[in-house]
Amino acid sequence: MKPAPFTYHDPTTIDELVGLMGSLEDVKLLAGGQSLMPMLNLRLAQPDHLIDLNTVAGLSAVDPTDVGLHIGAMVRQADLMKNDAILTNMPIMIEALHWVGHFQTRTRGTIGGSMSHLDPAAELPAVALLYDAELTVNGPEGSRAVPMREWPIAYMMPNLAEDEVLTGIDFRYWNEPHGYAFEEFARRYGDFAMVAVGALLAVEDGVIRRAAVAIAGNQPTPQRLDDVEAALVGQAASGETFQNAAELASQIEGMSDSYTDGRYRQRLAGVMTKRALTRAAARAEGGS
Amino acid sequence: MADTRRINLTVNGESHEGEVETRMHLADFLRQSAGLTGTHLGCEHGVCGACTVLVDGEAVRACLMLAVQANETSVTTIEGLAEDGELHPVQRAFQEQHGLQCGFCTPGMVMSLAAYIDENPSPDERDIREAISGNICRCTGYQGIVAAGLQAAVEIRGGG
Repeated sequence: MKPAPFTYHDPTTIDELVGLMGSLEDVKLLAGGQSLMPMLNLRLAQPDHLIDLNTVAGLSAVDPTDVGLHIGAMVRQADLMKNDAILTNMPIMIEALHWVGHFQTRTRGTIGGSMSHLDPAAELPAVALLYDAELTVNGPEGSRAVPMREWPIAYMMPNLAEDEVLTGIDFRYWNEPHGYAFEEFARRYGDFAMVAVGALLAVEDGVIRRAAVAIAGNQPTPQRLDDVEAALVGQAASGETFQNAAELASQIEGMSDSYTDGRYRQRLAGVMTKRALTRAAARAEGGS
Repeated sequence: MADTRRINLTVNGESHEGEVETRMHLADFLRQSAGLTGTHLGCEHGVCGACTVLVDGEAVRACLMLAVQANETSVTTIEGLAEDGELHPVQRAFQEQHGLQCGFCTPGMVMSLAAYIDENPSPDERDIREAISGNICRCTGYQGIVAAGLQAAVEIRGGG
């Protein structure tokens, strides 16, 4: 018996869940458990109450909307990888998911869990940034929408009050034809990213018309690279343009930890950015 | 007082019912309550893969799932892989390709590869290495394990 004692709750509706969160002290929410269960087993987390989201109805659907896709917070990462709408319209999410843990953890791990745990190296928050996704949060006052850019507040701290829960994420598709690529560097396949970069590029007649670039792993929170995007739009989709973009990306201060020096992360940020842009541009021009 | 729940699940085709502490993870339930010690526990934080089992046909880390969450599911452990005394193709390939030394990681390796090949019957060497990237073998006998995975895939897809 590894976790410290807690009281287990398995609500079946969002209302019941929100009611529980409002009435209990010292609560942890259990989504896929691929980050929280290790913390419980190691007793790094010792909550008095554990509320299981797996029994709550209405959080596990992927539904088309007028502009894109609504993904329930409890949709498993493995199910995202098999989803036809995602494969057709947001294939970068599937490319990114290959880097999320291992196939034996993606069967349990959820998109909402990744977004709420908000590990600095996590891939899915970077993908959500690329699409300016909108998050739906439920709490005692009802629901509110949070733009993805306002979701990360600090290191592993999402824009979520203690009595609130993430219930879904809305993605808006890019209408123009575009290319995509997700690049990552880690010591070991499936390990945390030292740096990961995702890029979406719309190219017309060899000129970049629209660009989105997001980075994870080199800072306490994932970021959109606005300066890099500004340096891309209107320029030729060429090696020189991508080299300039990479140099801009490598100027952002990288964080240091016990394993990786910040300067090394900065260097990786440049290399990953250039690789992602080069591959995204090739796909854009190939028409895929 | 300990927080407990009554659960009922199928393990290797047999019904298991019992009262469990809600903080007990599935791997401890399988080993201690169901008496199936073939599922091994290495790290208990999801890194080593030794506790990999199938829940409703999908490979999961049994240390990262509570026993109470496995209520009303069907679990397959290493003990349930062989049918009618016939080794599963992955098990036989491990034997023939020397895919194990000390044997500690073997249940997790075998369950992972059985699940992976079931969904991806034509893997190449890189695919097999990716499939076991979440399983650690401290004897470092990966060459034999990869060879076993490739051999088993050929047999499972019916040759070729």
